[in-house]
Amino acid sequence: MQINAQEWNLNLIAPHIWRGQMEIGQLLALAHAVKEEGGQLQALWGSDDRHLNSGYAIHVAFHAAAGLAWVSAALAAEAPSYPDLAQIFPQADRMQRATFDLLGIKADGAVDERKWLRHGAWAADTYPLRKDFVSAPVRELDAYPFIQVEGDGVHEIPVGPIHAGTIEPGHFRFSIIGDRVLRLEQRLGYTHKGSEKRFEGMDLNTGARLAGRISGDAHSAYAWAYCSAVETATGSTVPPRAEWLRALFLEIERIANHLGDLGYLGNDVALAFGFMQFWRLKEDWLRLTARLFGHRYLFDRIVPGGVSVDLTDSAALQAETDRLEAEVQSLKAIYDEQAVLQDRFANTGTCKPELAARLGLTGLPGRASGQAWDVRAQFPQAPYDKLEVNMATHRKGDVFARSEVRFAEVYESLRLIREIVRQIPSGALHNDLAPVAGGVEGIAWVESWRGPVIVALRIGADGRLDRVHAHDPSWQNWPLLEIGIIGNIVPDFPLINKSFNLSYSGQDL
Amino acid sequence: MATHLILKKIFNTGIVSEPAPEADLSLRLREQELHADILKVFGQAVSIRHVDAGSCNGCELEIHALGGPHYNIEGIGVKFAASPRHVDVLLVTGPVTRNLETALKRTYDATPEPKWVVAMGDCGCGCGDIGAMFGENYATCGKISSVIPVDVEVPGCPPTPTALLQGILAAVSQSKMA
Repeated sequence: MQINAQEWNLNLIAPHIWRGQMEIGQLLALAHAVKEEGGQLQALWGSDDRHLNSGYAIHVAFHAAAGLAWVSAALAAEAPSYPDLAQIFPQADRMQRATFDLLGIKADGAVDERKWLRHGAWAADTYPLRKDFVSAPVRELDAYPFIQVEGDGVHEIPVGPIHAGTIEPGHFRFSIIGDRVLRLEQRLGYTHKGSEKRFEGMDLNTGARLAGRISGDAHSAYAWAYCSAVETATGSTVPPRAEWLRALFLEIERIANHLGDLGYLGNDVALAFGFMQFWRLKEDWLRLTARLFGHRYLFDRIVPGGVSVDLTDSAALQAETDRLEAEVQSLKAIYDEQAVLQDRFANTGTCKPELAARLGLTGLPGRASGQAWDVRAQFPQAPYDKLEVNMATHRKGDVFARSEVRFAEVYESLRLIREIVRQIPSGALHNDLAPVAGGVEGIAWVESWRGPVIVALRIGADGRLDRVHAHDPSWQNWPLLEIGIIGNIVPDFPLINKSFNLSYSGQDL
Repeated sequence: MATHLILKKIFNTGIVSEPAPEADLSLRLREQELHADILKVFGQAVSIRHVDAGSCNGCELEIHALGGPHYNIEGIGVKFAASPRHVDVLLVTGPVTRNLETALKRTYDATPEPKWVVAMGDCGCGCGDIGAMFGENYATCGKISSVIPVDVEVPGCPPTPTALLQGILAAVSQSKMA
């Protein structure tokens, strides 16, 4: 694989996806090469490989110009550690801290060594993702040293974990002067469900259902990434019609989420009309989805080897896309004309492109800050290689830009749905998976409505899941929310937060 | 200009709200003392505080959907409030994570008596394959009723807004269980 005009010893395992094992020193050199080339670290996790006659391992998924590179380095069985990668890619910070909490693998030289996912439910010297971990819950007080801002007139507002609205739980510590935010610090991990541990020993079909519930609002993206990783690992194929239906489900999911967010963005600037209109459209969309495919959010419709449901009434879907497009256009005209809304959206919660690039902002907020990456456009897997996705980008990086990208993506997804309905081949919906011989591994990435979701997994010789890591784009985007709020007023936080709409459950695992 | 467009859109959209469903008393787990008497005093209005105790955020999608115009919940006296101190009903999703166990208990304690708890979703109710998948482990305590008393369980992954509303109405219905 070519990275930064150098050849690296990685194997192509799927379209635009590369895999390699290397010494930790070489992994560090590769990280520098990716950085120089303008790539990003997308995910970092660890594994306990002692049952495979090895020690531990550190895994990194890089996004390079040629595609996704999954590289691993073996680490010692005693006191495993690796050099800090956050110095090259700042977004690695929280992933490294989580890797320590779950596996006891340490990032040497890391500036921030505070715990992340561990609050006090398991002892500091026990690590849940080690294979010999014995669950013995404890109840420590979560003493977490927040960084304090000092000076005349500075005070703190602690918010959460239980919030005033219907949103997921997390803690936000604002340091403010008057109404202006000097600093925001997040404390996440409240919804940590031990999902990665639950995968261990699970059969492949049940694993798809769990993967889809890592972050429920991106169900189809996770289920697809998981199934695709399983299919790569086992060398199985998927019928063409099933591939097209998977893309259809992903675009239906994207539209549903964008409609809801556009409604809430109106709501958060006191335009209740916008909320009611967009949620009317979203409800109609969900009801059509349920009528066509049997579930409002398409849960468990993507399964290993294919899909579990067919599209039979394409005329109804076609008619609804036409109606929805006209409705969204009329609401866009109102949002464009509404002075109060524009005033609140513009220059609020800004992440400039330079900062976004330096800190690894990805997915939808990334595209609104000039980070022009969309897996569907640049690294398309079937059927996107036949669809030519038009990526939506913006350079302003504020609430307005994130709203504009959502509108553009709704239109583009509607176009894609029409194309899918027009071009979808006939045929089977499902193939049986090829039998597993010995330990195998696979990885896949799918552009969810929020950004690229990655699932990497290893299947044991018994045909069951041995280690699954699911990565949400929220991992690297949460820290940018801390930056985007600086200098804004506290009452704009809900609006800025909603414009990012990051997943708690997805990063808490 | 925008006002004109908004009024035109509202006029063209018309009213999309649908009649409320009946309470589903089969979802009720227990009868609290003086249930019917208290509700006579309450009248027809009920305030709800939502608590995400560890959900995958799937259930939250449907709680949001309940706020849309099709369901018109405020029209039937159901309102979501910002503080547990202001409410009659806690609507809890889960599995309850150990990292949120204390926060959930404190929220319950902060809610004034009389109060009702509605557990939402297969994880929160500990039922079906999904409830089993998210059962107790090092990070979670399992279903809601293993941490606080629950009056009504609404299963589903996620339950539809209609099913959820039937469960909320069952919690505060004056009718006794069959």
